[in-house]
Order: sequence, then C-alpha cells, then structure tokens
Amino acid sequence: MSEQSLTKTADPAEFVPVIAPGNTYRTISDRIADIVLSKDIKLGWAFGLLISFGLLNVFAIAATYLIYMGPGIWGINQPVGWGFAIVNFVWWIGIGHAGTLISAILLLLKQDWRNSINRFSEAMTLFAVACAGLFPVLHLGRPWLAYWLSPYPNTFGYWPNFRSPLVWDFFAVSTYGTVSLLFWFVGLIPDLATLRDRAGNVWFRRIYGLLAMGWRGSARHWHNYEMAYLLLAGMSTPLVLSVHSIVSFDFAVSILPGWHSTIFPPYFVAGAVYAGFAMVLAIAIPFRKFYKLQDFITMKHVDMMCKVMLSTGLIVGYGYLMEVFFGWYSANKYERYMTWNRMFGPYWWSYWSLILTNVAIPQVLWLRKLRYNLPLVFIVCMSISIGMWLERFVIVITSLHRDYVPSSWGMYYPTVWDWATYIGTIGLFFTLLFLFIRFLPAINIFEMKHLLRHKEHEAHGLAHHPSEGGH
Amino acid sequence: MRTFEEPSGIHGVMASFSDVDSLVSAVGSAREAGYEKLDAYSPFPVDGLSDVMDLKPSKMPIIVLTGALMGLASGVGMQYWMEVIDYPKNIGGRPLWSWPAFVPAVFELTILLGSFAAVIGMLLLNGLPMPYHPVFNVPQFRKASRDGFFLCIEADDPNFDLATTRSFLEKLNPIGVYDVER
Repeated sequence: MSEQSLTKTADPAEFVPVIAPGNTYRTISDRIADIVLSKDIKLGWAFGLLISFGLLNVFAIAATYLIYMGPGIWGINQPVGWGFAIVNFVWWIGIGHAGTLISAILLLLKQDWRNSINRFSEAMTLFAVACAGLFPVLHLGRPWLAYWLSPYPNTFGYWPNFRSPLVWDFFAVSTYGTVSLLFWFVGLIPDLATLRDRAGNVWFRRIYGLLAMGWRGSARHWHNYEMAYLLLAGMSTPLVLSVHSIVSFDFAVSILPGWHSTIFPPYFVAGAVYAGFAMVLAIAIPFRKFYKLQDFITMKHVDMMCKVMLSTGLIVGYGYLMEVFFGWYSANKYERYMTWNRMFGPYWWSYWSLILTNVAIPQVLWLRKLRYNLPLVFIVCMSISIGMWLERFVIVITSLHRDYVPSSWGMYYPTVWDWATYIGTIGLFFTLLFLFIRFLPAINIFEMKHLLRHKEHEAHGLAHHPSEGGH
Repeated sequence: MRTFEEPSGIHGVMASFSDVDSLVSAVGSAREAGYEKLDAYSPFPVDGLSDVMDLKPSKMPIIVLTGALMGLASGVGMQYWMEVIDYPKNIGGRPLWSWPAFVPAVFELTILLGSFAAVIGMLLLNGLPMPYHPVFNVPQFRKASRDGFFLCIEADDPNFDLATTRSFLEKLNPIGVYDVER
C-alpha cells in the first residue's frame, strides 16, 4: 500500500466508501437484479411512467401536426430560422455527453466510483441522443427526406457537400448514437447472463438468455471482453469530445457575430459535460432513494459528481467571460453590438437568467456541507439544466435576431407547438428511462463485484492481515 | 429438463469454489498437474487469471486497428471520389481536395468501424452467440453469474481420466465436484 492511500483512509470522518460495507458478491447481484425481476409493480414507478408516457403523447401530437402543417406552426421566421429545434437539439445532445464521459473517460482514468453510475448514465446518453436526433429531422420541414443527408447513390446524380457542418453533424451524431449503443450493450452482456440465471419466469429466462447470447463467464471470454471494453472506451473518448465540437462547428463555421468564435468547441464540450452530470445527478438522487440503493450510489458519488459539475461549470463561466472580452477586444462593431445586445437587448432576461442559474447558483457546491445536502444538490442540478438550456437559447436566438442590417432585424416568440415538441421529448426521455430501470439492471452488476474485490484487497493490505489463500 | 434421451458423453469435470483466491490457486494447481484443456468461470473478470491460465495476449487490438483503418480508408476514399472525381463542386474557388473540411467524417467513420470491429471481434473470438454449451448442464453452474467460481477440466485433455481428474479436483478444497455431461 502506498503512503498516500494510508493517509487517505487514516481519518475515518473523511472516508466515504464507494460501496457500503457489508455487501458481498451475492448481495450486489441480488439487490440489483431483483429490481428487474421483482414481480410487483411499484406505484411510484407506474405513476412516473404514466406521466412520462402522457408527455410522449404530447410529442406525438405535436410531431404529427408539424408533419401535416410544416414548420410554420413553430415560431421560427426570418431572421430567426433556428429557434427551439436547434436549442433543444444542442441541449439534449449535451446531456448525453456525461454518460460517455463517465463510462469511457473515467474508466481510462481508473476512477472506480464510476462503476455504479455508468450503466444508467449510458442509458441516459442513448435516450438523450434519441431525443436530440428528432429535432434537426423535424426542423427539415420535410422530415421524410432526412435520408438525403447520407451519401447514398441516387438518381439525382449528386453527393452531399462534405464541406458542410450539417453533414459533419449527421456523421457525428449518428456515429455517437451507434457507438454508445454498442458500448452499452457490450457492458450489459454479463449482466444479462446474471438475469438469465436468476430469473424464475421462463419467459424472462428466455428473453434475457437470448440477449446474453450464451455468456458463461469463462476466463477466456473475460480475457477478450476486457480488452474489447477498454478499446471501446479508448475510442469513445475522442468521439465524445468530437461530437459536441462538431455540433459547435454548426455555429462557429458561420460568420455570424456571437457564433464565429474559436472558443466554441472546448466551451461546448465543457458545457455538455456540465449539463450531463446535472442530469445524471438529478436522476440518481431520486433513483437511489426510491430503490434504496444508497449502498451502491453513496454520498461519495454525489460528492464527486458535484465536483465535476463545479469544475466544468467554471470552464463554462470562463467561456461567457471570454465571449464578452472578445466582443470588446475584437474592435468589431458588430461583435460589440452583439455582446451589448445579449446583455441589454430585448432578450436581456435570458442572458441574466443564464448567468444566475448556470454560473451564480452552482457556486454553492464549493462547500462540502452543501454538497452533502441532497435536496440542495437536486435544486442546483435543476438550475444547471435550465441554465444550459438558456445558454443555447441565448446563443441561437440573440445572435440570429439581429442581423448585420437593421432591415433584417426581428423577434422570435416560441409558439405552443414549440413548447409541446420540447416537453414531448422530455416525455420520450423519461418514458425510455422508466422502462430501462424496470427491465434492465440500472447498475453494472459485474463491475460492482469487481470493485468489491478490489476494495477487499485494499482493505486486506491496509490491515496487514496475512492473506491465507495466497494471491 | 433434459430434452434428449441419453447423454452422449462427458464434457469434463467441474469443481466449484467459494472465492476468487481458491479458484486462482486451483487453476494454478491444475496447470502444474499438467492439464491443458481447462477453463475457469467467474461472475466478474478476475485479475491475474489470464496469467495463471497462460492465455496468449488477446487478438482484440489488431482486430480493432484493422477495423479503424478500414473506416479511415473508406472515409478518405469515399469523400475523395465524391467531392473530387464524381461530383466536383467549385465553392468560392477553393481546391477540390480541401481536406481539412473532410476530417470530421473520416474521423467519425474511423471510430464507427473500429467500434463495430471491437464488438463483432469480441463476439467471434468468444464464439458467441452460443445457444448451447455443456457447462449449463450442471445445475449449480447458475451461480457462475452470481457468486460462484468454477473450474472445468475438459475431457479432450490428454491427461483426462474421469476418476483421477475427479479425485484431483476433490483435493483442491472445492464446494463440490460435478461431472459435466455433453
């Protein structure tokens, strides 16, 4: 044992475990699997699913009406052609980023606290990407022609323009969705085998058995599996950084004041991680309480995630500061006007609400005592989620509504259909999430056991017990 | 719940252990005793087990590299052909092969094909999906995905003999020793 870890655990008041003491391989397996295999339907779960499904129907109505009428039902106009669709697209795809960060980057950095939150964060990524993907497609006006974005041989005899950020976006988002799904599914295989072996119901056994593909936990299999998982993590790491960078290119490659900025890619990625962790925590806090999983998602996790939010939030705050600085330093009258207009123009309220919710309120996380106050952390997460949505609103709307020439100035007012589509995708997201929690293990069972093994080894070494079985 | 009339033979002999360390030392003893065709089963990856079993380094990296390079080549080739040869577009007098603009799609395709190679390669190397495997004939094997650790010495090992292998495994302090029917 190194000196460092000795001193780290020396003060018991400081030590919060990533997995509560008293758990064995069996309790980990059974407690997580039984959420899925239990016969009784929890009232709270059913109620949550009902509300989410209701909102999903709002989306179905909004999307149907949109396809029938065209995007004129939205508040978009000239000059504000992007509106809610792009705001929501960027917001959702940003939320997805935390899942990949937790599953891939924290794996490579050997952060063992990731193990109990990576599964549902990855699920959250998938569902958020699904919600995100809907918006640009619906925004097309003729959504049924979305396949024109892909380079397929066609009778028109042309190919997509690969110099266009919108085509980059198509490649980035579809790759991101596919790779996230693969990564998630590979992680699930051993746990599906656990469910197969534990299920009493013959149909559950068959379905989980089919999905587990005959996984039997052979050492030869684990040997390849661990390497494949590591390589997937290695490839997902640059992927997740690239996706929001490419999304930011949609803005940065244009010549619009407030968009045409080199700070966009890093500041978008930091914002994505920020928003994503806020969503992971906002889900984890009620989830661990409702299913009594405080043993696996401990206060240590909440603490660590709060620290990640605090640091990425500071990067985002720095981004806002630099935007203002560059607006002034550019000595360009359009840039200067745009900056002033953001802060004191017709949409001043969105800018200052953004600063309040995204920069000011999250600073409470500096205090350890407040990081351990769950209701407060939950409120901060909600504040960040709203703040990150406002950020995209500010970027999209305030830059568009004042063009270079005053004759092309305008205002954007979202309609009821804008709101219905947005709230509807929240319904889609939570419907998928509720179904996921009920039908798949929301915490990675085998990685938790692996973690327990490591923790036992560490404890063994610390207590200077001679190991009896040999290593 | 056997669906066939008679077992057509024996796949091997399996011993079950209560913890990781006993499994690792049992595998070590079996290797020392000269058994080659054996496999260990555990609910999670056990560090060091690959070394005890003398497994060769996984072929995964080369498979993934091949996939990724195929993605890279197809991304470059596709965009070169589409933007330079088949449908050249003069946009502001810029060169046709303005490659920095083509990097995003190349990058994404590299990752995409690399990831598919990782998943498909892992499944193929492990022989999955495999709907039937003899080890599942042992009722106790259901614990292998929960908290059971198993060692199976297979019948096609040159040193395998049902009685001696059985008594060998019994000496390793297992919870139980079971014959694995085919």
